[in-house]
Amino acid sequence: MLYEGAVQDLIDELGRLPGIGPKSAQRVAFHLLQVDADEANRLATAITTVKETVRFCARCFNISEAEECQVCRDTRRDPTVLCVVEEPRDLIAIERTREYRGRYHVLGGAISPIDGVGPDDLHVRELIARLDDEGVQEVILATNPNVEGEATASYLSRLVQPLGVAVTRLASGLPVGGDLDYADEVTLARSFTGRRAVD
Amino acid sequence: MHLTRVGLTDVRSYDRAEVRLEPGVTLFLGANAQGKTNLVEAVLRAAIGSSHRVSGDQALVRRDHDLGVIRLEARTDNGRRRTLDVEIGSGRRTRTRVDGNDVTRAADAAGVVKVVMFAPEDVAVIRGDPGERRRFLDDLLGQRRPAYVSTRSDYDRVLRQRNQLLKQARGLSGSSAEAAVATLESWTRQLVHHGATLMAARLAAVHALSGIVRDTYHDVADRPEPVTMAYESSTGRTVQADPGAGVPDPAPLAEELRAALAEVADEERRRGITLVGPHRDDLVLAIDDLPARTHASQGEAWSLALALRVATHDVLAEVGDRPLVILDDVFAELDLTRRRRLADRCDHWDQVLVTAAVESDVPLRAAHVVEVTMRDRVSSLSPRGEVAEESA
Repeated sequence: MLYEGAVQDLIDELGRLPGIGPKSAQRVAFHLLQVDADEANRLATAITTVKETVRFCARCFNISEAEECQVCRDTRRDPTVLCVVEEPRDLIAIERTREYRGRYHVLGGAISPIDGVGPDDLHVRELIARLDDEGVQEVILATNPNVEGEATASYLSRLVQPLGVAVTRLASGLPVGGDLDYADEVTLARSFTGRRAVD
Repeated sequence: MHLTRVGLTDVRSYDRAEVRLEPGVTLFLGANAQGKTNLVEAVLRAAIGSSHRVSGDQALVRRDHDLGVIRLEARTDNGRRRTLDVEIGSGRRTRTRVDGNDVTRAADAAGVVKVVMFAPEDVAVIRGDPGERRRFLDDLLGQRRPAYVSTRSDYDRVLRQRNQLLKQARGLSGSSAEAAVATLESWTRQLVHHGATLMAARLAAVHALSGIVRDTYHDVADRPEPVTMAYESSTGRTVQADPGAGVPDPAPLAEELRAALAEVADEERRRGITLVGPHRDDLVLAIDDLPARTHASQGEAWSLALALRVATHDVLAEVGDRPLVILDDVFAELDLTRRRRLADRCDHWDQVLVTAAVESDVPLRAAHVVEVTMRDRVSSLSPRGEVAEESA
């Protein structure tokens, strides 16, 4: 049996969000029905505001509230190094390390024929244009370490290398600060394949 | 290693059942269709991720139920207690827990409980499609090296993406077809990379198995004809098994795959499908130089299938824990000599779970007997000793 109009609409809309199934959607909907009008409005306003004010950076396609995002506006950033990521959340993850001082380029996904995503659906052309415009000397490919991320990295590498720009790929391996025996077998096995000489 | 406990909830014909197990031989005894095979099938499903009878978990869940649970408890060769809980269901993701912790990848559960099963269905490994023999090798390698399972699933994913791309490009022409194919090389690279890793592992397995298969066939089948094995690659090369050979270097295999893919590039574009790679390879078994797939008699096929499983046990035992062995309805199919030869083998294995309908078919000093009976479509397990104690 379905709920009456507005409640069912809310459940349906919530159920379209990623990671939320019909049961969770129902739970969130009933939670919203019970909270103060103020609290519900704050959520509604947050959603409306984000759609009105947030857009994508014209340069790197990170999320931004201005024409260009914070990172691109920051003149202290090294413009000669460009880190290529799939999604804005990957950029945030790298920013949290506070190790990287170059700039970014957000592709907006990875190549995946099954999902109908090819290079033309990603911000690849814009990436190539930036290399020359901004005098980039190194491109760091930080796409995900799964088959789609690897395919995207391999495609970009063949595109960028002939332009005389250095291309590097993030290493994959053991988590730092943990004990070897806590690492799962697959990660550990991959780290063996990617082992390096000690300086 | 050996299992210490098997628990089933809503799996096949079981509603709730639990049995404690000891090292050595345990005989599950019961008339046909009482649930003996259902029990060992569940053990296999939890341990290696698939059943020997069906693909997919749907059939393993009890009739009119949505969710079944298989719980295994094992003790490793150095005395560590390990648990493996698998929830199987229809229309939802399986949930797997290793030692009480949820795991997400199939690779994380691979090899936790090492098991080798021999069942009548194994004749398909000898006589069936190449896919049966690839699965035989993949199951073995997955239990020996967890990383193999993840390489195999990466390979399958790359293969599906590459096939999809080839299919999409087939419908296009001119510049749009060129654009689609511009990314083909990225997928080919990964196909070659993962494919060469799989090939190297499979070749190593075939080399390692071959000597043991040859000797076991001699011993169990009591036949003088030589058994030979070879790996027939879709690159066009066939590698004869050599028990002395080690693990091949993947680099030249990658070269071989790349060259073979280049040769079929046009045909792949035309047909919209990947034509070369470990997904099209085969394991060739021959008795007295005749391919067993087409020439083996029923008895020969049985003996060869059994030899493959015995060899699997020995190859798995080389690394880490020694696997437990399941013999599902096997003794009834063998003649007296072969029964006795197989029974002799059982003495050397840590734990053997045997299912049979007739006790006298099994020439084993079974330390433990568990009777399997079905009433009102529900199977139950009663260890013989405990029943006696209760009635006394």
